Order: sequence, then structure tokens, then C-alpha cells
Amino acid sequence: MEKEEKIIVLQDVVKAYDGQVAVEKMNFYVRKGEFVTLLGPSGCGKSTTLRMIAGFEMPTEGKILLNGKDITTVPPYERPINTVFQRYALFPHLNVYDNIAYGLKLKRFRNTYIDKNGKEKVKIEKLSKAVIDAKVSRVLKLVDLEEFEKRDVTTLSGGQQQRIAIARAIVNEPEILLLDEPLGALDLKMRKDMQLELKEMHQKLGITFIYVTHDQEEALTMSDTVVVMSDGVIQQIGTPKDIYNEPKNSFVADFIGESNIFSGTMVGNKKVRFINKVFDCVDDFPVNEKVDVVVRPEDIFLADEGKGMVDGVIISSIFKGVHYEMTFKVGKTEVLIQDTMERKVGERCSIHIRPDDIHIMEKEFDCNRYDGYITKRNTVCFADGEFECDVTQLYEKSHLDEEGYLVLENGEKIDLTDVDVKVEVGLKDIEIIDNEEDGDACGNIISIVYKGDHYQVIIRTDEEEEDFVVDTEYVWNENDRVSVKIPPNKIKLKLKAVNQK
Amino acid sequence: MTALKFSRKHLGIPYALFMAMFVVFPLLLIIYYAFTDPETGSLSFVNFIDFFTSNANLTALFMSFALAILTTAICLLIAYPTAYILARTDINRNGVMLLLFILPMWINFVLRTAAMKELLYSIGMFNSNKLSFVNTLIGMVYDYLPFTILPIYTVLEKLDKNVLEASSDLGANGLQTLFKVTIPLSMPGIVSAITMVLLPTMTSYVVSDTLGNGNITIIGKLIENQFSVMYNWNAGSAIAMILLVFIFGTMLITGKFTEKDETATRGGLW
Repeated sequence: MEKEEKIIVLQDVVKAYDGQVAVEKMNFYVRKGEFVTLLGPSGCGKSTTLRMIAGFEMPTEGKILLNGKDITTVPPYERPINTVFQRYALFPHLNVYDNIAYGLKLKRFRNTYIDKNGKEKVKIEKLSKAVIDAKVSRVLKLVDLEEFEKRDVTTLSGGQQQRIAIARAIVNEPEILLLDEPLGALDLKMRKDMQLELKEMHQKLGITFIYVTHDQEEALTMSDTVVVMSDGVIQQIGTPKDIYNEPKNSFVADFIGESNIFSGTMVGNKKVRFINKVFDCVDDFPVNEKVDVVVRPEDIFLADEGKGMVDGVIISSIFKGVHYEMTFKVGKTEVLIQDTMERKVGERCSIHIRPDDIHIMEKEFDCNRYDGYITKRNTVCFADGEFECDVTQLYEKSHLDEEGYLVLENGEKIDLTDVDVKVEVGLKDIEIIDNEEDGDACGNIISIVYKGDHYQVIIRTDEEEEDFVVDTEYVWNENDRVSVKIPPNKIKLKLKAVNQK
Repeated sequence: MTALKFSRKHLGIPYALFMAMFVVFPLLLIIYYAFTDPETGSLSFVNFIDFFTSNANLTALFMSFALAILTTAICLLIAYPTAYILARTDINRNGVMLLLFILPMWINFVLRTAAMKELLYSIGMFNSNKLSFVNTLIGMVYDYLPFTILPIYTVLEKLDKNVLEASSDLGANGLQTLFKVTIPLSMPGIVSAITMVLLPTMTSYVVSDTLGNGNITIIGKLIENQFSVMYNWNAGSAIAMILLVFIFGTMLITGKFTEKDETATRGGLW
């Protein structure tokens, strides 16, 4: 089989703004003619990545290769790449024709000809008016806006402006077309139509498309390959089917479509226990390993009580058009189910899940780990906070004397001030507090993932940007400002290195 | 009780009165004086004929235009790059640089001109009468530069960065982007800068009086002479009207450069 041509390759690309990392060591490639989507929540670095490919931003580290050639430092106007901007960025002082012809009028090509003395000469020429006219009218036809040539761009509707923006980019016949959330400003119906049109255009033109969006449905509908990003890191690269059916971690599972994420334990060969029941599954993980179990709501079948695998009760049911979205409660765990058959709230019934619909992922966080140090007051500092703790656990059978020195078993006194330690805190041992002053460290909630019977919340501190991963029963909101408190006996300390005075 | 009913449009009455008293009436007065004979008081074109047959007056008119156009051109040449740098680079991150450029606007005009005279005097620019025009020009540019920077800066600052990136993306290098996108899009700022400089430089004779060493007479000075030295209000009004017509014509020409957005920048007057 012929080796597929990689049109663009990102090698260890890092982008930082004033020390703040926006994109972390990014590695991926795009094949020629492919439709690739960078998908992720806002602020995940997807637009920054696109801007680096376009040439508007220079990577802090790493290389970008186009057809094998390093283009990292090539300015945007010399790259055979065109961009469709989020807010269209049409030239307001030019009409439709001049907007589209903008790139063509700037284009120069080398014309080799034989002069009358029989010598070969090279002349740099512009495209002729007739060629430009033909190209503009062809591309206007492609975006279905013939007869609009003389119109003022500011008089066009959002959808029309978007088409002009696309026309302006593709008329230059770029090798790669970059699209930065181009449909973001359109209404739902228009967006759906444009999605199909873009897909069709991609097939017709054979140009490589790199598309940025935060809309997972858009990504799944249009792309050949989806790159899921979060916090400047690629979470998963795969076909839309792979991403949807085999999410690599709970972030991807949660971000792509609706899903139930449960905490489970492997109890045998291809057997997993969650919601208090052992299920057969198709993924192989070591026995006794803690895992995350993902089940899509549409993969859960409802049956009458006693006839399925697990019994429970329907606690809510919402009509969503095509299906009903129901919440089913087993013990303390809630299970989201989509079914075309409605079951009444309060009805007791049973659920059935097929083994290949149970997707098992390695558990991401089983424990928070930090580097910290002991203070004068025998507290421990880590993750932008100071916490009370039990320092005697550092040495067996030691105790503290009145002056705050640690007395070892053999009577030796040591001063623990500034001793570096490794800190471990369990996910369930951290308490989130609304009030900033009451906790020991403050931060913003950057992500919340529902895991069946609890939420997994990630709190990021301001200065050191350390994360607290917390399992909690309570609902919090993303971007909430909160503080955390940890009971002193739940902080596990370990000496980092032998550091005695 | 309809007679006492107060509707919203009555709020406009004070402004209408103000306009009538301070704009319409004075204008009518100027027109009246300009078209009457100072001796007989009858309708005549004598004031205009006098103006256009006097060599001294025509020289002053020419001088005014030359000064005004040169000042405006030099101001624009200095102000545009300055405003561009202030608006599009990190230099002016906290606004201090802009303030430094704008600050002279808040210092008394006469004082600044006098200071400029001292400065030019100390470097020997007053040694020759040939330099009078240059001195006046320098003073004018110095005085009106802030008025040119500010409107251009405002427009450049609001310019959509994406549009510039789009230009670069489509194959335009920095210079091409400047001439094809940045300058056309900052035309409203340029036009208002021209408006702010062109008219005052034709009429404000403080600079030419102070720095011209008595060699530079501009049209503003002529008007002043007619009103406060010769007490010929009719001739003064006529010159004012001639100036008005010229200014109007200039504005029409500059307006041609901004086919769009003109309604926004000049209140949609023309």
C-alpha cells in the first residue's frame, strides 16, 4: 500500500504566553486531503494551534513541517495556507468581488518564455483580469452567491458573509484550509446546512481542511479525524467513531456526547463491578484495578422489573423529541438512559447493558500528589496553601516536643523547617468550601465530570497552578471560586530525600 | 387642556433658540454685511471685487492655502506613523505614551507658540526673513500635531486585528497590508484629522504673527484687520464668506476619499 502523505506535521510544539502555557508539547500530523477537527472546550489551545499553523503565532518551542519542509518561521503571507476566520474578517471597505479577488491580485507567478533572441527569460507576472474574473465567478458559484459581486459586504447576512469568507480563502487554491469556528455565529439551522455544504466542498475541492470547533456534534458530523484537546494537551486522536465509542479517558467520554461514567473495579477476567453488580465486558484490565466505566445513555436498555441485570427506579423523565431522557436510580447511583419508550417517574424497572457497550478506561486520578515543604509551625505548604498536618508520620514512633522539634525514637531532636516532602491526599478527603477565607488554599473549578454517584471536580490554584482533584456529592459550577480544606490526619507525608540537620 | 400639554419635542426648543441666536442669525448677518456697500449700504458685490483685485489680499489667500495644506500634509506624515506605533505596539500599553503626545493640547496655545519662538530664535532661525515661512510652518505643525494624532489613533486602535491577519493570510506582506487595508480603513480618522487642522491653520494668525516676523499674512489676519483696525465690517464679512466657500470645497474633496462611513464621521452633512 502506498504510504499516505503527511501534509502537515507538528513536532513537540509548545506555545506559552508570558510563561503561561497554552499548548503543551503537541505532536500530530494531518494527511493530505483529510478533514481534521480540533475539538475542545474554550481555552483548550485549539485556536492557538490553528493560528500557529496559519503563521499568526510563532511556537515557543518545536517545529511545524509542511510537506516535510520546516515552515515554523515562514510568515503567513508566504504559506500556501488560507484561513476562514471566526468573525469572517471580511474587508469592510471592499465589495464582494474585491474581497474575493484580494489574494488573487497579490499573486505573482514566474513565467518562463523565449524572447526574440532565442534566450530563455523569466518574468514575474500578475494574474490577468480575465483569469481573476473567471476564478471569482467560479468560486461564487460554488458558495451559491452568484450575482453578488458588486454587493457591499456589510449589507450581507451572517450566513452570506461566511460564504464570502470561505470563497475568499478557497479561491487561492491553498494546500490547507484552516477554519476557526466558522459557524459559531450562525443560528442552528444555518449551521447544520453549512456543515453539510462544507463537507461537500471538502470532497469537491480535495483540499486538506483543518477545522476548529467546540461543538462535538459538528466535529463528529464533518471530520475524518478528530483531535480532542483539553488544557493545551491532546487527549485523543481518532476517527469520530473511535472517539465516540472508545473514549480514552473520562474527559473525552464526558465531552463527546452524553455518557454515564461510573467508578468500577475489575473483579475477574473481563469482568467489571460497578453499580453493585458484576458485568461482563470486552476490555482486559488487571484484576482488582480501579477503573472508570463509560456507558452511553442510548446503550442502556430498559426492561420490566426483575427481567434485566440491575433493578432500580425511574426518578425523572424528559421528552427530547426523538427520545425520552430518563434518570434511573440504583442505590445511590444515577444512570442516564435514552430510550424511545417512555417509563413513568417512580416506575420500578430493570436495565440491561451489552458487554461491548461497556467501555473501560484506566482511572485517571486515584490520588492527589504534590511536592511540599514543612514550615516552622510544623504545617505543610503545597499547592499555594498551608495545611495543618501530622508531621510525626515522617518518622516512626516520633513525637513533637513543646518547642516544636521532632523527637525521634532514639531521642534525637530534629528541626523540620523547610524539609521537602511528598504529599498525598485522597480524592474523597478534600472538602470544597464556598467561602475563600475559610479554606487553606484557593482556586477556580476548571472541570466537573459526573461519575454516576458523585462529581469529580478539579480545582486549579492561582499561582502554582496545582490541581486538586476532588470527589464530591455536591454540585459545583465551572469557574466557581472556591477554597479547599483537608483534615490533618488525611494528609499523608513522605520525606523526599534524607535531609536532616 | 391641550394648550399646556408638554410633549417630548418641546425639549428641543432651547436648542432651536440657541441655534437661531448663535448660528443662523450671525450667519445671516455675515451674508448681509458681505453683500452691502460699506458707504451706501446698498446691495453690491463691491467687497468681493475689492478682495479679488488686491494683490496683497490674493497673496494672503495663497499664503493661507500653502501654509494650511503644507501643515496638514506634514502633520499627517508625522502623525500617522506615530499613531500607528502607539495603537498597534506595546509601547502605549498603559496609555502614558499617548498622554505625552496629547499633553501639549492642554497647554495654552499662545504660550506654546511663544516658547517655540524662543527656541527658534536661540538656534538662529530669525536671522533671515527668508526663514519666516519655515518658522511659521514649524510652529503650526507643532501646535496642530496632537489634533492629528488623536483621531488617527482612535481609528487605528479600534481596527479589527483579524482583518489585518486576513490580509496577511491572503498573501499580502506588511507594506501591502498597510496600503490595501490599514490606510483605507483608517480614512475616517485621516479625514477628521484634516478637518481639525486645515481650517484652523488658515485662520489662526497667532502663529504667523508670532513666528512670521511680520512677513506672513494669512487670511485670518486679513479678517481681523478689517474688523478691528479698519472697522470695515463689510469687507471682513466678505473675506469670511470666501473662506467659508473654500473650506466647504476642501471638505467636499476630502469627503470623496471616504465613500463609506462618511455619514458616521461628519454627521451625514454631505
